[in-house]
Amino acid sequence: MSTTSSASYGEIDRRIFVKQLIDVCSDALIVTGLGSPSYDVFAAGDRDRNFYLWGAMGGAAAMALGLAIAQPNKPVLVITGDGEQLMGLGSLASIGAQKIKNLTIVVLDNGHYAETGMQKSHTSFGTDLVGVALSCGLDWALKVKEMTAISTIANHVNAKNGAGLANVFIKAEDYPKALPPRDGVYIKNRFRSALGYEPF
Amino acid sequence: MDSPEQSLIHPWKDEIFQIFKTGGVSQVAYVPDAGHAQVINQVWAEKDMHAIPVTTEEEGVASVCGAWLGGQRAVLLMQSSGVGNCVNMFSIINNCRFPFLTLVTMRGEWAEFNQWQTPMGRATEDAFKIMGINVLRADQPEKVGEVVSAGFDAAFEGGDAVAILLSQSLIGRKKWGVK
Repeated sequence: MSTTSSASYGEIDRRIFVKQLIDVCSDALIVTGLGSPSYDVFAAGDRDRNFYLWGAMGGAAAMALGLAIAQPNKPVLVITGDGEQLMGLGSLASIGAQKIKNLTIVVLDNGHYAETGMQKSHTSFGTDLVGVALSCGLDWALKVKEMTAISTIANHVNAKNGAGLANVFIKAEDYPKALPPRDGVYIKNRFRSALGYEPF
Repeated sequence: MDSPEQSLIHPWKDEIFQIFKTGGVSQVAYVPDAGHAQVINQVWAEKDMHAIPVTTEEEGVASVCGAWLGGQRAVLLMQSSGVGNCVNMFSIINNCRFPFLTLVTMRGEWAEFNQWQTPMGRATEDAFKIMGINVLRADQPEKVGEVVSAGFDAAFEGGDAVAILLSQSLIGRKKWGVK
């Protein structure tokens, strides 16, 4: 029996949304949550300033926090999924505590764990990530159900005027996988090189 | 002889902070522990460092890696009970070969009153080792600076992943105030 129903969740096409968002956030340092968000960001076009997680579930936003503090003049953008963010809910409290200005978390929320067979996640069962983010002290949080919100999100990202979260309601559909590099040493050194740092 | 009560000021704690400061540490992520309190207070007071309280230790593993990705040195402070929370997150360090330094105050190994601390305390060293992290230990106050400095250089000059265990005997007995 299938539990997937795109009609019962969001309507946004994740691949088109991610591509259009990155196109208008060209300066952003991007950290991706494992699974489909990593594939979406890679499918939008590989960039040296992308750090793709293939594991470390729950760690994307926390990793971006350390990065954002280290690079206060650059916008840092997390692109992750509902399941990954749910595993790292505490990191929203840690981000809220820092009062930083250059961190945006985009949660591509289909209410399901797409990678493992579309089991429902807690957002399907009622967790409101916008409410969680605001309760944790982030400066802004938006429920996104229309593509037109991309410009609003990009304005926040590029303005570096707060920490925020966009909860983007996407279709609960599985797309063809677009596989970014899995060699962590390579993506780390490539990312750091793009910022002017040398390897050991 | 028993060590002093754990919230006392210890000179070796100042040495730890000085190693961070002269070593150019910009971020210190932590889950608090009485044994780290003196260093945590110094980090908050230091304008060139960011103190980053995390809700669970695994966040700290990710955030210190993010700091290095952005060109800064960062250290994680935690208690032995938190090490178990980190195990899967250590995958980042292993896969990406991030330099990594954590200082761990030990519980469950010396005059422990609360036996709930003992299972993870006993497993702390092995939990690091199974994930490929090098473990150093400081048992004596006069050796702490030397051990921390060696671990610091192995991490940030050599690129290694290092955990430094600070023995419970250094930190002393926790006063429970049981009447």
